[in-house]
Amino acid sequence: MMTGAWIEVAAILVATALAAIVIAPWLAAVFPMDDAPSGRPDGNRRLDRWLDAISGPVLRAAGVRRAEEMTAAEYGAAILLFHAAGFVFLLVLLRSQAVLPWNPDGLPAVPWLIAINTAASFVTNTNWQSYAGETTLSPWSQALGLTVQNFVSAASGLCVLAVLVRGLVRRDSPTVGSFWRDLARATLGFLLPLAILLGLLLASQGVVQSFATAIDVPLVDGDGVPAGEKATRRIVTGPVASQVAIKQLGTNGGGYFNANGAHPFENPTPLSNLLEIVAMLAIPVAGCLAFGRWVGDRRQGRALLAAMAVLFLPFLALIVHFETSPNPALPREVDQSASVDHEGGPLEGKEVRFGPAASALFAISTTATSCGAVNALHDSFSPLGGLVAMWMMQLGEVVFGGVGTGLAGLIAYTLVAVFVAGLMVGRSPEYLGKKIEAREMKMGMIVLLVPPIATLLGTASACVLPAEAAAAPNPGPHGFSELLYAFSSAGNNNGSAFGGLSATSPFWTLALAAAMLVSRLLTMLPLVAIGGSLAAKRTVAESPGTLPTHTPLFVLLVAGAVILVGALSFVPALALGPIAEALQPRPIAEGPS
Amino acid sequence: MTHDEPAGILADPGAILRAAGDALTKLDPRRMIRSPVMFTIEVGAALITGLAMARLAGQPGAEHPAFIAAVAVGLWATVLFANFAEAMAEGRGRAQADALRKTRSDTLAKRLTAPRREAATEAVSSTQLRAGDHVLIEAGDIVPGDGEVIDGVASVDESAITGESAPVIRESGGDRNTVTGGTRMLSDWLVIRITANPGESFLDRMISMVEGAKRQKTPNEIALDILLAGLTLVFLVVTATLLPFSMHAVASAGRGEPLGLAVLAALFVCLAPTTIGGLLPAIGIAGIDRMVRANVLATSGRAVEAAGDVDVLLLDKTGTITLGNRQAASFLPATGVTERELAEAAQLSSLADETPEGRSIVILAKERHGLRGRDVEALGATFIPFTAQTRTSGVDLDGRQIRKGARDTIQKAVVAAGGTMPAEVNRICDDVAKAGATPLVVIDGTRVLGVIELKDVVKGGIAERFKELRAMGIRTVMITGDNPLTAAAIAAEAGVDDFLAEATPEAKLAMIRRYQQEGHLVAMTGDGTNDAPALAQADVAVAMNSGTQAAKEAGNMVDLDSNPTKLLEIVAVGKQLLMTRGSLTTFSLANDVSKYFAIVPAAFGGIYPQLGALDIMRLHSPTTAVLAAVAFNALVIVGLVPMALKGVRYRPLPAAVLLRQNLLVWGLGGLLLPFPCIKLLDLLLAACGVP
Repeated sequence: MMTGAWIEVAAILVATALAAIVIAPWLAAVFPMDDAPSGRPDGNRRLDRWLDAISGPVLRAAGVRRAEEMTAAEYGAAILLFHAAGFVFLLVLLRSQAVLPWNPDGLPAVPWLIAINTAASFVTNTNWQSYAGETTLSPWSQALGLTVQNFVSAASGLCVLAVLVRGLVRRDSPTVGSFWRDLARATLGFLLPLAILLGLLLASQGVVQSFATAIDVPLVDGDGVPAGEKATRRIVTGPVASQVAIKQLGTNGGGYFNANGAHPFENPTPLSNLLEIVAMLAIPVAGCLAFGRWVGDRRQGRALLAAMAVLFLPFLALIVHFETSPNPALPREVDQSASVDHEGGPLEGKEVRFGPAASALFAISTTATSCGAVNALHDSFSPLGGLVAMWMMQLGEVVFGGVGTGLAGLIAYTLVAVFVAGLMVGRSPEYLGKKIEAREMKMGMIVLLVPPIATLLGTASACVLPAEAAAAPNPGPHGFSELLYAFSSAGNNNGSAFGGLSATSPFWTLALAAAMLVSRLLTMLPLVAIGGSLAAKRTVAESPGTLPTHTPLFVLLVAGAVILVGALSFVPALALGPIAEALQPRPIAEGPS
Repeated sequence: MTHDEPAGILADPGAILRAAGDALTKLDPRRMIRSPVMFTIEVGAALITGLAMARLAGQPGAEHPAFIAAVAVGLWATVLFANFAEAMAEGRGRAQADALRKTRSDTLAKRLTAPRREAATEAVSSTQLRAGDHVLIEAGDIVPGDGEVIDGVASVDESAITGESAPVIRESGGDRNTVTGGTRMLSDWLVIRITANPGESFLDRMISMVEGAKRQKTPNEIALDILLAGLTLVFLVVTATLLPFSMHAVASAGRGEPLGLAVLAALFVCLAPTTIGGLLPAIGIAGIDRMVRANVLATSGRAVEAAGDVDVLLLDKTGTITLGNRQAASFLPATGVTERELAEAAQLSSLADETPEGRSIVILAKERHGLRGRDVEALGATFIPFTAQTRTSGVDLDGRQIRKGARDTIQKAVVAAGGTMPAEVNRICDDVAKAGATPLVVIDGTRVLGVIELKDVVKGGIAERFKELRAMGIRTVMITGDNPLTAAAIAAEAGVDDFLAEATPEAKLAMIRRYQQEGHLVAMTGDGTNDAPALAQADVAVAMNSGTQAAKEAGNMVDLDSNPTKLLEIVAVGKQLLMTRGSLTTFSLANDVSKYFAIVPAAFGGIYPQLGALDIMRLHSPTTAVLAAVAFNALVIVGLVPMALKGVRYRPLPAAVLLRQNLLVWGLGGLLLPFPCIKLLDLLLAACGVP
């Protein structure tokens, strides 16, 4: 029933909105904007005291002074240092896995290339996985390495947003807050409680949370086992729910199992599926609402949310439509319509317990946010369905995007839109009272341009190396889509996989790792720089001559800027991939991948 | 103000030829690198030209040599058209400088052979006066230049400059010993020593600036350049990566050819923001040029831009908000005197009074009471003109001694003559002052006849203008030396947002600082040395050309017309400059969509024929499609040159409305316009036999 599919989609969106409304004031309290914490207006003073209490001991132990403030340069250096330390820590952990505790299956050290790729991937909140979790990583590595990075990489994304907003809110201020204080409050006072709550809810649905080792179970139909194969199957368990909760909430996306959200231990029921989609979207949406609270004008936050929605909802409708429509490759006589025993639409590569609509919604949510968890094989989507998923990443992960970083990236787009629109009304441009000048423009353009350039150059380098291009097994445009998708995912810190690609060669592991690191750091650091330069400025008074930045027209303008830079850069490449595939007179055979 | 557009210049073949020549010399890469967008296009043009030559010399290759040559021509045309636009703007500035040379103010001065009144005089042009020359100025003369008073006491009408409606006294010695060029002597005489040479004037400095063409980029231009350079970079990557992409596609599709360099260069020039990149310098030069045409000399392009940002205008009352002089508004007789009697006496006393106030009294008497002007000589009357010593004026007629003057002066005269000032007249004077006007008492001997009410007359239409400014978000603040009562009355009548009464230089400075603290950008005009600190503090400071040297140095603009109302125009020019930049940027970026539809199907059609479905314009062939897109891209620059020079239409509207209108015209227009144009060019190319 197609109506049923739309109702399901609508219900999930409503649930997301409600969750975001509840979280927003909390998130707003996590990052105080003023440099004098005591002088904050009422409302969240109790929440603030609680956040201080929960993060205080850690900060005191680390020797961070309570009133510490950093300049943008110091804040940026702290972020860089924190990423470097996280990368080294994770690399050492993965390489020494064999000698570390809680390795019941006796897994060996992770190979160098995979370890580098994985360390880069989890430190940058990308969570591209060039390994299968259950056969490569011990529960120790998963819990202490990956899950910890899931928390702190998400938290540092939120920190960047906080710096940028402080730039807009503070005036004549040399400082933009303290990274350590922000990080501790975001991790311990925000992400951890949310993850515990979600983890419990997911466990209630049957997501495994266990310290037990793998279990060998006899097959139900042991007779059918071919000679020479074992009559038992090994079922891996572990601390799954705790990792899945934060992988969804922190827009990380790295699954405990190779099958990610399609694995019944990670995502067993339609309700868990709903919770996981809501968890991906809730914090980015709440970020927009919190933005309105931070800048003291709720309309500004709603406008940015509307800009995201304008880019999200039409494509949500498209991908749901494409994925619930009959596969044109099948002969007309094949009945693909919905019936009692068939959900309708193409089901290859999709989990029947979710169906095509929920799979499509999951796909666009995971690519629009920079989550990257998957509950279906994007490779098997219709060409245009795959295009939508790919395109959501290519927009630069600013439509919801990563927690913190997505909204921060959209603000960078907003600054560019304000710049041109401001000129059009005859004023040198300003956003929320801050003049947009050469420095903001320079840093903003770096934020906007690094991801598409990394994506395009990465894909091009794969194309000129025939041996590496062969990692995509499919012929024709679909094969190109697989290459383009991989670099779109890494170059925008998404981490989802199209599928099909065997990306374990030195080229692929290192090129993708480089794309992930470059994209992450060269967007975060310029955003911090913008925050610093804006904070130092005075605030220009608002008047009827000021460009209003909360109107529907402005929302369209911001969306237009995102499309112009994000989308138009990829039009020729997409023409050679999904568009050529979609327009193909006779579809090529569906790749088994 | 000279606003006569040198309309001929766009149609002037000579100017166009000169600009075309300049466009060629501007191809020098050392000059081109100032504009990153056009520089990359020039490099591309050189590259493709080299390729075309190599192909014509027999090098093998896939693309047809004629096609490569045609793309090279398109690239060169794009660069040349952009240079042409800049050269046209510069040429217009030069023409303006020539015109300015001719319009240097020229009054006749009485040069003295010695610094004494009695010395012989010769009539010379004011432009011939040198510093140190001595000049005699008599009642009615225009002061020929800035100078210092050597001898004499006189009243001077400086209202056009100082903002004070009352005549001021200038005398030798003390701190009232300077006169300003362009002011008018009302009474008596002065001997002055000229203090500034011709050639050191701001007019001369402006001419050298307009001609110098040594232009620094403004901060806003730099920021826009960064945006355009960034976009150029990403489109360079987009086109460059298409070569490997197409190689991969050819390998997997098993047909077609990888994209040639000419097609890639064509796609790049179409996607890069060449329209705005090419017109940006022309827009900036034209903006300064429009200021010059309004007879305003800006010390930098930055100042012109800042004018667009200003949201508080400090306006001097006199000359801007009110007419330069007060005018008689009513006759208020004392008890026992009819209004007509008072009017008659007032008229008689003013018949020979050439001051603006005197004339307005005669006019009012005629309007209200039908009293016709009479010839003072024929009446046998003796006119007693206003002098700085007596501070009254009047007439002696048939034994009557009619005098008019300020209350305190008249009171002294009446008391001295044994009379008294009736309390009632004092009350009338107080009432008049409270209403924001100036009382002038009329006496006949010792008999006090009544009071003439002199009022500041608010300029017609100024209230509407302030309303428009308010809609644009610009606050107006009236600055006046009047007392708060008078100021409040005029402020209410003119509809300004705020006023500063009994303004001292310190109060002005404090007010500017306060507004800036609140985040406003403040513009003001000033002329006196005591205005200099405020001028230096203001974001846009327009000094009157007739003002002191200190004022001119403290400001960042000089108004050659010394017209305080000019501030409104300056704001408009600044806004128009920014709007033109923003609108053409939007247009340039919106253009890209159509070019994808033209070039992508043409470029990839050989590999994936199904992409022909994207060719919504149904173009003739891949060759004509690519060439039509390149041709449109080049021609649109030429087409927009007049717009870049003239500026987009400017109307005082709120930002939200302006955005909607400009987005509709330039955004949506930029999106749609190229489709029919490219189709037309494609038809044209096909008709010319291009395969």
